[in-house]
Amino acid sequence: MTINEKQDELIEEFEYLTDWVDKYENIIQIGKELPLIDEQYKQDKYLIKGCQSKVWLYPELRDGRVYFTADSDAIISKGLVSLIVKVLSGFSPTEIRNADLYFIDRIGLKEHLSPTRSNGLLSMVKQIKLYAIAYDSSLLNR
Amino acid sequence: MEVNTENIVKQFLYQGEPVAQQFPALHQSVYGKPLIYFDNAATTQKPYSVIHAISDYYSTINSNIHRGVHYLSQKATEAYEVSRNTVASFINARSSSEVIFTKGTTDGINLIADTFGSYAVNEGDSVIISAMEHHSNIVPWQIMCGKRGATLKVIPMNEAGELLMDEYEKLLDETVKIVAVTYVSNTLGTVNPVKKIIELAHLNGTPVLIDAAQAVQHISIDVQDLDCDFLAFSGHKMYGPTGIGILYGKEEWLEKLPPYQGGGDMIKTVTFKGTEYNDLPFKFEAGTPHIEGAITLKSAVDFITELGMDEISAFETGLLHYASTQVREIPRVEIIGNAIAKTSALSLSVKGVHPYDVGVLLDKMGIAVRTGHHCTQPVMDFYCIPGTVRLSFAVYNTTDEIDRFTESLQRAINMLV
Repeated sequence: MTINEKQDELIEEFEYLTDWVDKYENIIQIGKELPLIDEQYKQDKYLIKGCQSKVWLYPELRDGRVYFTADSDAIISKGLVSLIVKVLSGFSPTEIRNADLYFIDRIGLKEHLSPTRSNGLLSMVKQIKLYAIAYDSSLLNR
Repeated sequence: MEVNTENIVKQFLYQGEPVAQQFPALHQSVYGKPLIYFDNAATTQKPYSVIHAISDYYSTINSNIHRGVHYLSQKATEAYEVSRNTVASFINARSSSEVIFTKGTTDGINLIADTFGSYAVNEGDSVIISAMEHHSNIVPWQIMCGKRGATLKVIPMNEAGELLMDEYEKLLDETVKIVAVTYVSNTLGTVNPVKKIIELAHLNGTPVLIDAAQAVQHISIDVQDLDCDFLAFSGHKMYGPTGIGILYGKEEWLEKLPPYQGGGDMIKTVTFKGTEYNDLPFKFEAGTPHIEGAITLKSAVDFITELGMDEISAFETGLLHYASTQVREIPRVEIIGNAIAKTSALSLSVKGVHPYDVGVLLDKMGIAVRTGHHCTQPVMDFYCIPGTVRLSFAVYNTTDEIDRFTESLQRAINMLV
């Protein structure tokens, strides 16, 4: 599946949830599928800044693909980071850095993308892209 | 506290109608649910009288004040000064020259920290604040102490969220140049014994600044009775416009303190050799002020006066007790701040649940609360929690809204654990 196919799948899944509370119920469920970060990486170094809650994100490059593990002390933030990881984990750095994450708007989470929002969805996306850019340039330089 | 919730007034009536009818912003749906606004300690909604006054100002007398000889300027100046007089009598100041228009509470505290610092604070001196201050009543003093080589001392509090008065007395020595304490804690809702705090400071020869940002809309304030030296509050937390606030100062102090900012309106004469400053209160109002805000603050004060401060206090205390009783029934919920004297703010912690999660879900259920540290990080550190979910009440809230909140909170907790 491509990044966009994964996004479309999520859009379809959320389409049927018209009540906002149900949408968030689903985000909480998706949080339960998040590949959890190893406890040893729950350090400030892997903390995403700009969240009212704590969100840790750990990247790993294996065979030219980036895999993410994460966790949060808040359940909804865990769901939000899980959404992003679901869409972007397992792709090449180039695919990740070039990804247009249109699904965030389409499933109704656009409000979370404003820089002043305290849940840091924007910071999560930024951080993932930064990791991808770093891997991309290190791969090119080899 | 045992409270008989049957006697609590369910809603505040104004001219026979629920007072909420006066607040247009309350009558809307968010995420498909009727809005319940419980974030009043952050800012209150505005009644029609204030909204109309803002529109009227710009539609009729808009012009700069204290300068023009023309008709509109005189009208605007007159309205500006009438508002100052209204505020002066609202807090029972001796004279309106003790009432300075500021941008808000933070601005007022910064004004005093800065000017008082350069007037009276030197190396080795100290300033007393309390453990439950808003960052606005911590940081300006830290900055000033840093500049002047002074120390910041903190009155500790107990687990209930009450200041330890014995410890306060011990802190009061000859090094203390000023005491700055909040009247009501924005996080815990504690009403501090400010009159006693002022009395003790004065016995030590020390002036006191009261942060009344969370008090002025809930408790009747008489600056002469309190005998405070300075008192600061904001318009937007008392049904008035944003960007306008009041700093009260005793005339004898304001006369002594140097100006805060230089500019127009605060001068009598200016030459390149020097400047003669204007009289009070203009000495502290440099530049074109927030004219519309200052003028329409009068409408907010009039609104409160018309409803009656004592009636508002009694009603809101009823809401607080009702809500406290209701949330205690919910498993996992703990009230943070259990002072005997409390008003209007109710902070909650849910065992095993992050306050952010509760806030997001309540928002989606149409309920506006504040989550986080409420600009009081030291208070969160004291209780070792990342933040709280805070409800804060205003005169338009109702017991029915509290019932809906309680159900929604229960639902949110069920989703999260």
